[in-house]
Amino acid sequence: MTILAHAAIAPAPEETPGRRAWRKFKANRAALAGLCIIVFFALLALAAPLLPILDPNATSWSVIRQPPSAAHWLGTDEIGRDLLSRLIWGSQASLAAGIVSVAIAVVIGVPIGLVSGYFGGWIDMLISRVTEAFLAMPFLITAIALAAFLGPSLSNAMIAIGLSAMPIFVRLTRGQVLAVKTEDYVEGARSIGLGNLMILKRYIAPNVFPPILVQATLTVATAIIAEASLSFLGLGQQPPDPSWGSMLNVAKNFMSQAPWMAIWPGAAIFLVVIGFNLVGDGLGDALDPREP
Amino acid sequence: MIDPAMPEQPRPHPAAEPVLSVRDLAVSFRTADAWRPVVNDVSFDIGPRETLAIVGESGSGKSVTSLAIMRLLAKGSARIEGEVLLNGRNLLALPEERMRDVRGNEIAMIFQEPMTSLNPTFTIGRQIAETLLRHRRMSAAQAKAESIELLEKVRIPNARGRIKDYPHQFSGGMRQRVMIAMALASKPQLLIADEPTTALDVTIQGQILDLIKTLQEEEGMSVLFITHDMGVVAEIAERTLVMYRGDVVESGPTEEIFHRGRRPYTRALIEAVPRLGSMSGHDWPLRFPIVDIETGRVRAPTEVAGTLDAAGTPILSVRNLVTRFDIRSGFFQRKTEAVHAVENVSFDLAQGETLALVGESGCGKSTTGRSIMRLVEPLSGEVQLDGYDVLKLGPGDLRRMRRSVQMIFQDPFASLNPRMSVGQAISEPFLAHHLGTRSQARERTAELLERVGLSAEMMRRYPHEFSGGQRQRISIARALALEPKVIVADESVSALDVSIKAQVCNLLLDLQESLGISFLFISHDMAVVERVSHRVAVMYLGEIVEIGPRAAVFGNPQHAYTKKLIAAVPVPDPARRGIKRNLAVDELKNPIRPRGYQPPQRHYREVSPGHFVQE
Repeated sequence: MTILAHAAIAPAPEETPGRRAWRKFKANRAALAGLCIIVFFALLALAAPLLPILDPNATSWSVIRQPPSAAHWLGTDEIGRDLLSRLIWGSQASLAAGIVSVAIAVVIGVPIGLVSGYFGGWIDMLISRVTEAFLAMPFLITAIALAAFLGPSLSNAMIAIGLSAMPIFVRLTRGQVLAVKTEDYVEGARSIGLGNLMILKRYIAPNVFPPILVQATLTVATAIIAEASLSFLGLGQQPPDPSWGSMLNVAKNFMSQAPWMAIWPGAAIFLVVIGFNLVGDGLGDALDPREP
Repeated sequence: MIDPAMPEQPRPHPAAEPVLSVRDLAVSFRTADAWRPVVNDVSFDIGPRETLAIVGESGSGKSVTSLAIMRLLAKGSARIEGEVLLNGRNLLALPEERMRDVRGNEIAMIFQEPMTSLNPTFTIGRQIAETLLRHRRMSAAQAKAESIELLEKVRIPNARGRIKDYPHQFSGGMRQRVMIAMALASKPQLLIADEPTTALDVTIQGQILDLIKTLQEEEGMSVLFITHDMGVVAEIAERTLVMYRGDVVESGPTEEIFHRGRRPYTRALIEAVPRLGSMSGHDWPLRFPIVDIETGRVRAPTEVAGTLDAAGTPILSVRNLVTRFDIRSGFFQRKTEAVHAVENVSFDLAQGETLALVGESGCGKSTTGRSIMRLVEPLSGEVQLDGYDVLKLGPGDLRRMRRSVQMIFQDPFASLNPRMSVGQAISEPFLAHHLGTRSQARERTAELLERVGLSAEMMRRYPHEFSGGQRQRISIARALALEPKVIVADESVSALDVSIKAQVCNLLLDLQESLGISFLFISHDMAVVERVSHRVAVMYLGEIVEIGPRAAVFGNPQHAYTKKLIAAVPVPDPARRGIKRNLAVDELKNPIRPRGYQPPQRHYREVSPGHFVQE
């Protein structure tokens, strides 16, 4: 949103801020690598139905807990399902859980935090107390309670996770706003006669953005794991459909007998999280005009 | 006749061994691909009991030089070459453990920012005792007694009682005294003072300078004094070293530098220092002389006459303005006290006039400016501005009113949104008030940039790519975008280097001449105020204590506080060194009053036409 706000008023030719940001992003190798990882997994998720892989839910009692082999590249699980195809199909649920729930948290949490920090007074008091009450409850417990209330399904799990993660973003945004609000340039904006909405949009939001971006990339990881826990309780992805989290959950019972069952989904989560972190970092730098 | 300027101060003996001797000091910082030199071949000696000042503007390398002497620069990112001899021992060759015995022991240091250089979680007694325990191996009881003695030495009233206080219970000036007490704790041979008075109010600055002079006599230390202020140099230093972009431009006895300084840069630096009293005989604001740094040619300053329309209706008229901030305390956050920031302030500002509001921090001058613009809400009073009854405006009219009055802030690094290009920043007010199309806004921006001495190509760049002076010009361009009648300049030149300050002041005067703008010039800098203003209002604890034409207030100050302010301004004349002001050691009072407090009725006496003083 901030990129658009900038692009809209930039005098036309040469390099628009959007292009400038992309040029800087491209020059950042780590960020590009992160982007590649995310794109790779996203393509994998989208292409799952087209790939020549086995049915992820087909069980086979003859190949229980097989290590990687030519027939099953990544091995099989405790009821003989192919891990490769479960991993690929599972990326759909896991990426969706990670991205959608964080998007929910950001889209709801950041504006609330902006309002709370910027206007202060009783509205800030109200929002802060409610936020603190939510933060006092363990993240997972809140998510479980919400998911149970909404009913078991992947989309409800995403909503539940998003809402549970939201208070962190309210808090973070509010704190950042309080710091930015005291800057002279915000008072300067008021002194030229800008309204609150414009000040929030063009002065506050762009300057509180970077730490929120970093927090968002980190929360993607938390969300993927949370989805796993919910599916373990039957509140997330419904069995037998796979998700990385649910695969990991089952695998932990067989750590010594079949470690590969845990390694693959674990590695996938790790890679996606790294990817989001690198992209988040790179975006933060690319969007900051102070960075060369 | 005994010359009062030459007191019985022990002069450094020419043959005496120098305490500190710096030879060919060079410092470079690591950048992405190379070592960038920041200090080149600096050499100087400081004799026993001598004060040497290193003077220069930001980026001159003066602070880096002092940090290099103390070896406080990070090893991997800075390279130090040359020799730093303390009593003949090369500090740069010492192992790190031995260096720790030098720091805070043989050489002590005080810094610019007294608000952040003390640890807020320990009492000051404990922080002073730390040095004593570390370097002088005293027992706890001895250390306590010595701490009290040190606090007395730096003239902190009631030292015995205050030793258990925490830093936040002291004002800025008092904290700087504590810092000095800590520095003295180890009986150092050399005190390095890095801009120790820059962050302080002018009366406090005078007190601290006096204190350093006195202590130097009492303790027999040498002092390396780092500053950007030629006025301070003249007051304190026997010898002066002028630095510019990492090089020593000139060095010698302070008198010689001031009177016979040969290098153009030195001249430029001295010319840019406003001298209090230099305005007698001038009727109108006077531009600063600009010295060409290359050739040393001085462009003679010209007066700014004929901008003032004193006969017409004032563009801004303030009557009985009162602004208070509630202080809440207790569990229920009840209003218990109030800061009487602005109390019953009245004045007029004519078209094309500059009225200066002067006073020290906390006197309410900034709040007055912000109340007039309704950036804070005043409690009562009346403000007429360009036909608007400001305090009665609704939100929409208030925004329209903002076209008539604009503000320029103090800190050019904080007053521009880092995420907006300069072009966006300047065109924004124009677009926000729907004054024209985007292409018109762009034209206007280009024109404004040229007007403030920048080029139109700079539009695409971001604030961080500019220097402080340039940023202040950008802020001015932005303020001009709405063609305001009044500009509130809140300490707008205070944070700038002297030469830049002179240029920006000249720019403001140029704009006043060509556009007929009125300025409410808020400043603590008496010398600049004398130069640029038509009238002056002195504020103290939220009230105007004296107001009148510039020549009358400076030439014939009536109120005790005005006199005190004028007396405290450093005089850039080395002949007056050694004269102490004997300012009383006191804290600036604060205007916090209990709820329901009725301020006393004030009466003003007219001294001469237009010159009023509070009785």
